[in-house]
Amino acid sequence: MKEELLKRVVKTPDGQEIEVEPLLDYYCQEGPTVQPPAYTAIIEKLFNWARSESLWILGFGTGCGAIEMRPLMTPRFDAYRYGIQWRPTPRQSNLFVISGYLSVKTLKRVIRSYEQMQGPKYVVGLGSCTINGGMYWDSYNTIKRLDDYLPVDVYIAGCMPRPEALLAGFEELKKIIRAGKAEGANKYAENFEWYKANQKSVIHDWDMPDYNW
Amino acid sequence: MMQALESFNWMRIPYALLTVFIVFNFGFLMNATIQKIAARVGRRHGIPVWQNYVDLIKNYALRTSITHGVMFYLGPVFRLSGGIGLLLFVPIIYGSDMFSNFSFTGDLILALYFVFFGTLGMALGAAESGHPYSAIGITRGLSQMTAAELPFALAVYSVALQYQTLSITDIVAAQQGGVLHWTVFTNPLAVAAAMLSFLGSMMRPPFDVVLAPQEIPIGPPTEYHSSFLAMMQTNRALFPVAKMAVYTSLFFGGAASWPVFFLKVFLLYMWSAFVGVVFPRFRVEQSIRWFLIWAVPLGIISILLV
Repeated sequence: MKEELLKRVVKTPDGQEIEVEPLLDYYCQEGPTVQPPAYTAIIEKLFNWARSESLWILGFGTGCGAIEMRPLMTPRFDAYRYGIQWRPTPRQSNLFVISGYLSVKTLKRVIRSYEQMQGPKYVVGLGSCTINGGMYWDSYNTIKRLDDYLPVDVYIAGCMPRPEALLAGFEELKKIIRAGKAEGANKYAENFEWYKANQKSVIHDWDMPDYNW
Repeated sequence: MMQALESFNWMRIPYALLTVFIVFNFGFLMNATIQKIAARVGRRHGIPVWQNYVDLIKNYALRTSITHGVMFYLGPVFRLSGGIGLLLFVPIIYGSDMFSNFSFTGDLILALYFVFFGTLGMALGAAESGHPYSAIGITRGLSQMTAAELPFALAVYSVALQYQTLSITDIVAAQQGGVLHWTVFTNPLAVAAAMLSFLGSMMRPPFDVVLAPQEIPIGPPTEYHSSFLAMMQTNRALFPVAKMAVYTSLFFGGAASWPVFFLKVFLLYMWSAFVGVVFPRFRVEQSIRWFLIWAVPLGIISILLV
């Protein structure tokens, strides 16, 4: 735990002494809850269609696979044609592309970003490293199975998969969303304890609240 | 009071709603078209024309949203009411009883106020989100907006002095009778100043440093999401069209029917799109300097000449 996050007594400018506990004072401690599809079937269907045709990807490249996303924005592959756009902030994104190997240090940031995204949200594992560690299978500092830490909707295998493979993967994700089966956010909320235990077993300097609103 | 109520034509309200509806759809389709044109310049296909509608439904359909306080809620509301207010208090279609909406004799001043209103509301709302990127975005946005509004305000005063009225309807009436009666020919310097200011307020390059995703991530709306963001998207369709309606009325002879209105607004938007695809992005201090050096003197000269 970092020193500035520890419980301590501070002196205010007017001489008062107050107790500060940053994790409790500055962050919300509520866990995530399951959000049911609250509408009639036909509206939920319309919403699922809209969600599938408007995938906003969080612009966060976690590993070498991020290089495969750049050609998708440029004329050669132009993913904007398929309703896929990049957003710079987790608040506005729905899709998290874990691009390649994930070091433990990055995993921490990934969890924070994932939890700040608004549901329903989706995770795509890009490259073999997210499935079984890939060429980093015996690395001391990367995670091997992404599925243990975040609910993954689609894997795109390859080292590295080409941009076409990514487009095919996104189309596959769209089918899953339209079928109403992309409930990763709810799965995360249901199995919250399990995911947190897995995350904490690899992240040793856990200095954030259990759920980042 | 009672007399005012009795003499009020209640049919104006459904027509006002109809105006909002038409402008909303036109704004959405036009924004997408302009995005497509900009994409074609970059040799891409760009988004489908209906993409913005899908994004809007998607954002309303998100199941969770979090808030940072009352002003965080009110920010998008202020922004949207700035857009709708501007739209409803200026005469959209000249000479049409139905689509003059709630315009009145002093509406020019009110329009000037509404142009700035949304930005101020946004500033308060985004500031409450507590995100440092929002704070920087607001600082940049307000400074650039102020510099860009200055030449526009000067041009508006120049036009008001020229026609000796503060009513937009009267200004349009004075421009009837042929293209050469338009303000753009009778007072070219004021129009030039206003058109340069126009570039600054459309959030397109070279003046899009405030909202550009590649700069401090997306600026003021960093923390805005789901239905908050959807309201701001709605405003992004309404507000530019409303603003261009003011421009059309003040400088380009107004519009006597919807097709003429659509054409003039589209051409006005194309002006900022053309400049946008040609010129790279300015930093904030560069754009402020640019407005002060090139646009403000034009506005001052135009007032002096009038």
